[in-house]
Amino acid sequence: MIVGIVKETAPGERRVAATPDSVTTLIQLGFSVTVESGAGIAAGFDDEAYAAAGATIGDTAGAWSAPVVVKVRPPLDGEAEEAARLGTGQTLISYLYPAQNGDLVRRLGDRGISAIAMDQVPRTTRAQKVDALSSTGNLSGYRAVIEAVAALQRPLGGQTTAAGKILPCKVLIIGAGVAGLSAIGTARSLGAIVRAFDTRPVVKEQVASMGAEFLQVELEEDGSGQGGYAKEMSPAFIAAELALFAAQAKEVDVIITTALIPGKRAPILITADMVRSMKRGSVVVDLAAEMRGNCELTQPGLAVDVNGVTVIGYTDLPSRMSQQASTLYATNIVHLLEEMGGAAAFTIDEENDIVRPMTVLKNGVAMWPPPPSLPKPSASATADKSASPDSAAASPPARQVSTSGTKASPGARKKPGASHGKGGGHGAPADESSSSGGWWPLLAAGLALFAIGLGAPQSFLTHLTVFVLACFIGYQVVWSVTPALHTPLMSVTNAISGIIVVGGMLQIGDGLTSAASIIGAAAIFLATLNISGGFLVTHRMLKMFRR
Amino acid sequence: MTTSLLITAYIAAAVLFILSLKGLAHPSTARRGNQFGAIGMLLAMVGVALHAGVITSPTLLGALALASIIGALVAARVAMTSMPQLVAILHSFVGAAAVLVGISNHLAPVAELSGVERTIHDVETYLGVFIGSLTFTGSIVAWGKLQGVIRSKPLMLPGRHLLNIAMLVTCVWLGAMYLRGGHEALPHLLIMTAVAGVIGIHLVMAIGGADMPVVVSMLNSYSGWAASAAGFMLSNDLLIITGALVGSSGAILSYIMCRAMNRSFLSVILGGFGADEGAAPAGGAVVAGEMVATTTADVVALLRKADSVIIVPGYGMAVAQAQHPVREIVDVLRAEGKDVRFAIHPVAGRLPGHMNVLLAEANVPYDIVLEMDEINDDFPTTDVVLVIGANDIVNPSALEDPSSPIAGMPVLHAWEAAACIVFKRGKGAGYAGVENPLFFKAKTRMLYGDAKKSVDAILAALRA
Repeated sequence: MIVGIVKETAPGERRVAATPDSVTTLIQLGFSVTVESGAGIAAGFDDEAYAAAGATIGDTAGAWSAPVVVKVRPPLDGEAEEAARLGTGQTLISYLYPAQNGDLVRRLGDRGISAIAMDQVPRTTRAQKVDALSSTGNLSGYRAVIEAVAALQRPLGGQTTAAGKILPCKVLIIGAGVAGLSAIGTARSLGAIVRAFDTRPVVKEQVASMGAEFLQVELEEDGSGQGGYAKEMSPAFIAAELALFAAQAKEVDVIITTALIPGKRAPILITADMVRSMKRGSVVVDLAAEMRGNCELTQPGLAVDVNGVTVIGYTDLPSRMSQQASTLYATNIVHLLEEMGGAAAFTIDEENDIVRPMTVLKNGVAMWPPPPSLPKPSASATADKSASPDSAAASPPARQVSTSGTKASPGARKKPGASHGKGGGHGAPADESSSSGGWWPLLAAGLALFAIGLGAPQSFLTHLTVFVLACFIGYQVVWSVTPALHTPLMSVTNAISGIIVVGGMLQIGDGLTSAASIIGAAAIFLATLNISGGFLVTHRMLKMFRR
Repeated sequence: MTTSLLITAYIAAAVLFILSLKGLAHPSTARRGNQFGAIGMLLAMVGVALHAGVITSPTLLGALALASIIGALVAARVAMTSMPQLVAILHSFVGAAAVLVGISNHLAPVAELSGVERTIHDVETYLGVFIGSLTFTGSIVAWGKLQGVIRSKPLMLPGRHLLNIAMLVTCVWLGAMYLRGGHEALPHLLIMTAVAGVIGIHLVMAIGGADMPVVVSMLNSYSGWAASAAGFMLSNDLLIITGALVGSSGAILSYIMCRAMNRSFLSVILGGFGADEGAAPAGGAVVAGEMVATTTADVVALLRKADSVIIVPGYGMAVAQAQHPVREIVDVLRAEGKDVRFAIHPVAGRLPGHMNVLLAEANVPYDIVLEMDEINDDFPTTDVVLVIGANDIVNPSALEDPSSPIAGMPVLHAWEAAACIVFKRGKGAGYAGVENPLFFKAKTRMLYGDAKKSVDAILAALRA
């Protein structure tokens, strides 16, 4: 099966959907690869490199006629343009934004093709390997800071020099998704003081772990939407957050906005007045420019000067790092094609929890949006699981910071031994009893006691009292044992259970004359083995534990 | 010696036993706790011997002396890696002793009873012998599996649950006959002992090697209950108390181990794990990527650059006896000012706390040996993780893949660190038969070979 890698024709787009390395992997998966001549030039991969990796270099028509066509941007629409090159039976894999590009999707559907949208990757842990939005967002966040620094009239980090003190810049980052977190990490490692805002309280920890201050409005409202994205907020909340931004705008030197709502125009968060209130020489970078911007004054694709404040609305940030962006995207594509069965078993599987949500068209039939039963992690799952898409997406930039020498989260490291065993230990049984809950066990125990009370003689009950109380003492005492000493615990309990020696001693009164006394002596022997062995080996072990 | 004095001796012994367990709350008080236990035991034994008038009995002294010497020799000689076997075999002694005491008591009852008291006494005897017998054979099988005498793979007889139930019913029926038969019913008691023994063998045979922490702590618990039952039979409160302490201790340990594997106690006891699912690495998605091998030189370079290192030891480290060179590596790294710590999963090894004992033996300070909950949050800020002979306890699919056989088991988040080195003998899957995606992650490198040799090589290079 042939995979066609076509050249991007959208203006300013420098990325490509495959690299020589990814071509090698695709061939290992059993695909043949045709690369349109010149497809990778802008990203730094020439035709020879692709050919050396085993790809066929073809012309435009050749690459577009492959059964699987892979590209980055949505195909340009219109009769003579890219969309028109596709025909029945072909599969297109690219960004599609089906919510905004309804017309394009309909026309592609008319042509009878299948289309997989790289922007519709489900936000599940398993799907992360395919998640191009995350891999690109990571780069965009980094680049946003770099662009801001380039336009800024001063350095980000502070210094004390012979010529006077340089104060560190204050950077406000709105939206702590993948791009936002990456921007936080980059700005931090350049020495800036970073503040971040997000409507989802669950990201507070991630923000803190990157070393930024998490700004909050006084209003309680959780903005966690489906699939780990944010949802739209109430008017009262929006008013409160705008007030917060207005106050911050007067103080900070750089604002980076990354707020997106899936399928909708980006919300206006930075008004024209706020921009005018900023210090001269400050910078606003609007990562939502493609969705018409979070800043009122953003002009998509351009950097404009407003009263000395630069408002950057570049929509091609990933393309400005086209080599790395292409490499990441190409890897996402390889994982997707592997997920779809490789060359041998290539299929659009409607049962596959990654592929199904990404499928916009199957043989011309509209498949988008997917039925809601399909994977959309709930907001709470995102919040609780440490392996949630958000936190996992946050880790690459975190590493970036720590390898560059600045510890990302000096405060996040727990003190060793701070909660030494005890806390967890005592918590656990409490959970257990409350969850197993209900009155039935208590009732049953009560009835059993009642029955015993009816029939049993007093002597037995005295012993039973002792037994029950001893069980409770054992329970309390043993939970306080530190897990590190569980092996000594076992050997010492072993030793003391040798107390059964007493039973044997009561039987040997008359010397070894009866069967009972011989058996009793054997019991003494075994139990004593236990006692001496148990205590001594415990002693030996405990001697080794040292601080 | 009067009975009252004996009882006060019992009280003192019981308190000392409780203090002995309480001492184990922290390593600094643990040794004293152990001494308390020993004193309590001495007190109880001398008290009983005086009271029963057998303090000079050559039988008693002979048995005591011989057993003490053997016990002391074994305790002094046993290798720390063999602790699980030792603990298992010691359990079997308690079980056997309980059986013997029960039978002996049947032959020569300490007190003559009648009516309800008689019935209760017989039930106690019967129950004590039953638990004792089960503990005895079960522990021997556990010992055999840990020692490698018996294959550690679960034995799956067809209809094994039915078999267990049938044997259990037989025991109950024999019990009813025993109660009716009185003194003449010795055969019933003996047959039941045999049947209970078979149950013990069968139960433990069906449980695989890595579930041994649960099995051993369960047998620990049973040995306690057996002692308790003997206490009821002999109307001896000290036995009852001690048995209850030991019984609840074992039960709690079993519970902790089960929670650490995210499995119900019942599913472990019914056995068979690692055979049904393990046949094919079924469940669990097929893992993408490939395992990338590395060399000692690269690992050394990585360690030299790292500021923080976490070592995750597993059973493989115990098998390879690598704990001493590992400690020396830790010493070298710490001398260079690096932050080196150990992360211990609750079920690492074959016994609760097994890794801690091994590391203590190697003179690793206990304050750098941390539990899973204490250290799991620190992996993202760690430069290098060394996974030595561990597999399932660092398997990310426990969290990420709901279809994995170990889904939901709490694991150490080794994959969150900047780099992860896995010391492994070969390319096989872990005990649970589950592929470990950690090995395939981009940041993971595999160091194949015997853990001890690899660690020795790294140590030599670090010192060079």
